[in-house]
Amino acid sequence: MDNALAIHRLHFAFTVTFHYIFPQLTMGLALLLVVLKTMALRTGNEHYNQAARFWAKIFAINFAMGVVTGIPMEFQFGTNWARFSKAAGGVIGQTLAMEGMFSFFLESTFLGLFIYGEERLGPRLHRFSSVCVFLGSWLSGYFIIATDAWMQHPVGYTTGPDGAIYLSSLANLLTNPWILWQYTHNMIAAVVTASFVMSAVGAFYILARNSVVFGQTFVRIGVISGAIATILLLFPTGDQQGKMIALNQPVTLAAMEGLFNAENGAPLALIGQPDTERGRLDNALTIPKMLSFLTYQRWEAEIKGLNDFPRDQWPDNIPLLYFSYHIMVGLGTLLIALTVLSAILLKFGRLYGNRPMLWILMLAFPFPYIATTAGWMTAELGRQPWLIYGLMRTSEGTSARVSAGSGVFTLLGFLGLYALLGVLFLFLIWREVEHGPEPVTE
Amino acid sequence: MPTLWFCLVAVMLAGYVILDGFDIGAGIIHLFVAKNDAERRAVLASIGPVWDGNEVWLLAAGGTLYFAFPGLYASSFSGFYLALMIVLWLLILRGISIEFRNHVRSELWNTFWDAIFAGASVLLAIFYGTALGNVVRGVPIAADGYFFLALWTNLQPGPDAGIIDWYTVSIGVTALIALTIHGALWVALKTEGELQARCQAVARRFWFILLPLVLLISGTSFRIQPLLLESFDEHPWGMIFPALSASGFIGVLLFIKRQRELAAFLSSCTFILGLLCSAAMGLYPNLLPSNGDAARSLTITSVSTASYGLRIGLFWFVPAFALALTYSVFVYRHFAGKVRIQPHGH
Repeated sequence: MDNALAIHRLHFAFTVTFHYIFPQLTMGLALLLVVLKTMALRTGNEHYNQAARFWAKIFAINFAMGVVTGIPMEFQFGTNWARFSKAAGGVIGQTLAMEGMFSFFLESTFLGLFIYGEERLGPRLHRFSSVCVFLGSWLSGYFIIATDAWMQHPVGYTTGPDGAIYLSSLANLLTNPWILWQYTHNMIAAVVTASFVMSAVGAFYILARNSVVFGQTFVRIGVISGAIATILLLFPTGDQQGKMIALNQPVTLAAMEGLFNAENGAPLALIGQPDTERGRLDNALTIPKMLSFLTYQRWEAEIKGLNDFPRDQWPDNIPLLYFSYHIMVGLGTLLIALTVLSAILLKFGRLYGNRPMLWILMLAFPFPYIATTAGWMTAELGRQPWLIYGLMRTSEGTSARVSAGSGVFTLLGFLGLYALLGVLFLFLIWREVEHGPEPVTE
Repeated sequence: MPTLWFCLVAVMLAGYVILDGFDIGAGIIHLFVAKNDAERRAVLASIGPVWDGNEVWLLAAGGTLYFAFPGLYASSFSGFYLALMIVLWLLILRGISIEFRNHVRSELWNTFWDAIFAGASVLLAIFYGTALGNVVRGVPIAADGYFFLALWTNLQPGPDAGIIDWYTVSIGVTALIALTIHGALWVALKTEGELQARCQAVARRFWFILLPLVLLISGTSFRIQPLLLESFDEHPWGMIFPALSASGFIGVLLFIKRQRELAAFLSSCTFILGLLCSAAMGLYPNLLPSNGDAARSLTITSVSTASYGLRIGLFWFVPAFALALTYSVFVYRHFAGKVRIQPHGH
């Protein structure tokens, strides 16, 4: 049974992690496409339309990958997490169905028009389709975050006999206080990913002395939106989310920080390895009292440690949680530094000729992907050992009839198929980038 | 209230089968009606702007099923685990083959994706039919409401049946032929010249294969699942659905002969809709019958969520459904008419 539980968890973790590589770009890029189409309309400069057409191709490949890897996500609630679905489907099924009905129809319809219909639509309607694609994808993000927020912080439900959970207020489900900061944090992270990808491609064109004019446009848009977004990622969204965790999931905060004993004036751990057997953080490098200050704005505020909670309430993979969190924060800090520095250079007209900085921008694009993945791992590992926080344990939610053998079989199937998809994806994106945004002359 | 949601889920699923059905059908005939690259690109262009939206109906239907009948979602998805995972893989392969084929202009690349597209479409049609066959036949539901089916056991639709037995496969093959015709009629509607003529020929020929199959599965279904007969006995007005289906079926042949492309395609839609509604009607109020103890069958009342959820769901579902229909009508009108293929690119 334990074995099957581990397989089901790995199954979902792997498929969702791979899936989220694509929506994080498309959600952010949808916004940047609106920006490009708006600039084209404002300036009447065909350059921006060409730029939008180039990014629409990158968007389309990512979107297709997002769609095909997204369908398994909805299925897996039923296939691998049947007991969870039976109990809670009446609640989270609402938000998942709303996602399909409100956002996917909108998004897929207008993406079809955006990709295939530029000539027939004319510039204003074409921009309008890009706005609808943006709305559809951001709405989709909202419904997914609302679903996750309910699992992190269940609201608007009543419990019935034999563990059934019923929705008692759709309004509460949709306005869960957990949603606001998680949603904004997540969507801004998507903008960061798209900004870094755009500036990386731009930097590549400038460095390769190929499509330099487009390269400068991409770097400019990417760096400006990246600088704004990375700062918003830290403050207020990341900061507020941390406070929300401190308030509602104090044991998670302790695990994220590797804090074993309660302290008045708890330090912020920069580096170190949590040792759950001996109950300490090895080789720690800390900033004294900083965690208390960041959480409560008081240097001497008390932060509870892991030892204040019974062991069966501890997240079950504390080292991975701790490192996920630290990787997210560390990379987030690096991304702020990079974009702010680049933005300053841009302001003084020193960026396009600064080859070392362009090299860094070109090579930095994987970092937001890693940070986003680590952020989601922090949220979901931090929720453990609960599937629905305080209501249902993860071990109680799996499909009891699906054996570890069946799970391993399909997990291996997904591993193989996604490896193939990953290779194809990189190949096609590389072709588009190499081909470049210049108009085709055939 | 659960009955209303039963109808809504049925409508969503039927919408999915009819819409994604024609692009799956286009995949089934892809290799043998489209002989050269231009024709193959025409087939793909006929579904290019819409297939993704069609697949959204699956997700939306799944989501609706999930919140209205969570007990069914949990039991059937975990019970049909292996078949559903294979369906997922096929959907993935099919989706990328449509999207990626035209990114590279190379004969090898194109041939590879054409084959994947066609193969995945054929298998999907068979699997969907088989799934319907399983729902009609019933599954060995345990006292806790769950079950788990092997892919195959002794290939008999008895109490130890697997997902694949002769009965469910016969439904699968029927679905394959029905979607072949459905897809051929769609491509005929969207294309001209030789390609169109070939599609019409395929539809006509396969109609005569489908005829005995439909008669066969109608007979065997009533024998294997006595609930169907009981239900039609109890609600004689339900015979309207088989009648609808039959009229659509005859309409297909009539309109092909008269060269009425749109009418032929719509007849095919009617045929499929009538068939699915007949199955739903025949099983109602069961969602998933038990093939053992009848008391264990999952019914609309035993697996539905509480009444608040169903009631509040209507408030957003109705406007959302209207919006979705509006988008669909808009996009189909926008891309109405024959596809035009430029010499290069997509």
